[in-house]
Amino acid sequence: MKPQVSNRIERIDTHTMILNMGPQHPATHGVLRVILELDGETVVKATPDIGYLHTGIEKTMESKTYAQVIPLTDRMDYVASLSNNLAYLLAVERLLDIQAPPKAQFVRVLLTELTRIASHLVWVGSHAHDIGAMSMLLYAFREREKLLDIFELVSGQRMMTSYFRIGGLAQDVPDGFEPKVKEVLDTFPDRINDYENLLTKNRIWLNRTVGVGKISARDAIDWGVSGPILRGSGVSWDIRKSNPYSGYDKFNFDIPTGKNGDVYDRYLVRLEEMRQSLRIVGQALDGIPEGDFVARIPGVVLPPKEEVLSNIEALIFQFKLVVEGFSPPVGEVYHSIESPKGKLGYYIVSDGSNKPYRVRVRPPCFVNLSALPKMIEGRLIADVVAVIGSIDIVLGEVDR
Amino acid sequence: MENPILTKLKEKFPETILEIAEFRGELTIVVKREDIIPVCTFLRDEPELSFNFLSDLTGVDYLGRKPRFDVVYHLYSIDRNHRLRLKVKVEEDESVPSVTSVWNTANWFEREVFDLLGIRFDNHPDLRRIVLPEDWEGHPLRKDFPLTREEVMFTHNKNRPPKITE
Repeated sequence: MKPQVSNRIERIDTHTMILNMGPQHPATHGVLRVILELDGETVVKATPDIGYLHTGIEKTMESKTYAQVIPLTDRMDYVASLSNNLAYLLAVERLLDIQAPPKAQFVRVLLTELTRIASHLVWVGSHAHDIGAMSMLLYAFREREKLLDIFELVSGQRMMTSYFRIGGLAQDVPDGFEPKVKEVLDTFPDRINDYENLLTKNRIWLNRTVGVGKISARDAIDWGVSGPILRGSGVSWDIRKSNPYSGYDKFNFDIPTGKNGDVYDRYLVRLEEMRQSLRIVGQALDGIPEGDFVARIPGVVLPPKEEVLSNIEALIFQFKLVVEGFSPPVGEVYHSIESPKGKLGYYIVSDGSNKPYRVRVRPPCFVNLSALPKMIEGRLIADVVAVIGSIDIVLGEVDR
Repeated sequence: MENPILTKLKEKFPETILEIAEFRGELTIVVKREDIIPVCTFLRDEPELSFNFLSDLTGVDYLGRKPRFDVVYHLYSIDRNHRLRLKVKVEEDESVPSVTSVWNTANWFEREVFDLLGIRFDNHPDLRRIVLPEDWEGHPLRKDFPLTREEVMFTHNKNRPPKITE
């Protein structure tokens, strides 16, 4: 007896599955939780859940004097600590209406660009590792060791440097600084070429990153995305060029942009940014002007140590500044810089006392992460890791 | 010479502007709370202003002042390269219309202001806590929420609850 074959197709009930990419996950670069709703392998909805690293930094800053806040700023974007310091100090210097002397500005630019390279190295290492090219992690961290040696030489610390102060630097650059930076300048371009040889035309890399995680320029601006992601979508906006700070207008460099706004373009943009940063470091190193490393403003900047030990007035200033701090005028300022992750802004409200009334950090990673659902919905689950890596988040900044 | 942004805004919304301030080259305009959405839409769409980027949306608690809170909007125009700070003053139980319909960036920013300061936003697509756990009580960034220090628990003091100092 022949079986009956029906001409109608029976409707099979499908449900979507909720998959928790939990806070402990090797590919989320910290404690990030993404709640994925999947239809088979396609992501229907992605909801990032943050807050696992929230330490109330903005509230703590309200109870510290202006100089005591500097170490707190390091710990937000802990991978690129010098740029956080710079952002905060430029905002405070604008509030006080003072300017750092030229030597301090050049050294600040030099170290901030080295920090940009260090941050992009962490990014390329961990991003490639997540996608599967595991050896990139070790190569990137090997180069980063040389940069961390430079940071240790100037400030004594590898990561949470806090080397800049209001009005300039904490101390003058030590003697071995220039040879070490010269060594980085000589060896680094070859290394970047090595990374390009490994990844840029690699068929597996292209398969996993081209066309993945696209965001159009219009959507990116609407969602507030800034930094390499926005430049990867074709918008050529870099705060170092549009609103130069700390002497950036004296340097020659280009801004790389991408075309399609996918993960591959962001990778190319960041690699090229490393090369442009090296260009800036070279120009800064050649032209460090002579002069003082900090603006000598009596009520705000600590006096030199020799005077403190011999002159009673300097001793009084030192005591008052360390114990009480200074009181800036009443008002509010907002200053933003181009950190390796995007537009990092500080909004400081001062009520005339020695502690800031409100410090608001505009975190680039927080805003870039909010655009994750836009980039990932409709794609496969295997692309989630590639896209999260390309956003380059540092959870310390997302949660503060 | 008056700032051209201010001139255009005064032309279109003469009664909405409450205060104007300028400090260190930055222009701050306080507008009425109810009119924030028309003002923001005008600022975004007017071709000579074209504020298409919402840099930051935050809140400040001025305890002891009426109205208590300030919601601060930092706007930036990528094409024209000019900035503006808009402020809205809010009393404790009042809510502010949400600007997520103007810029999607405001979504997470407003959630954070709600989470840490307790200001509600009307017509927000998903207003819930973002950095703190959902069951947290209180709004930490308010000035009357104490900056607490909890004693560290070691073996010698593990049998009693931790002392909390403010």
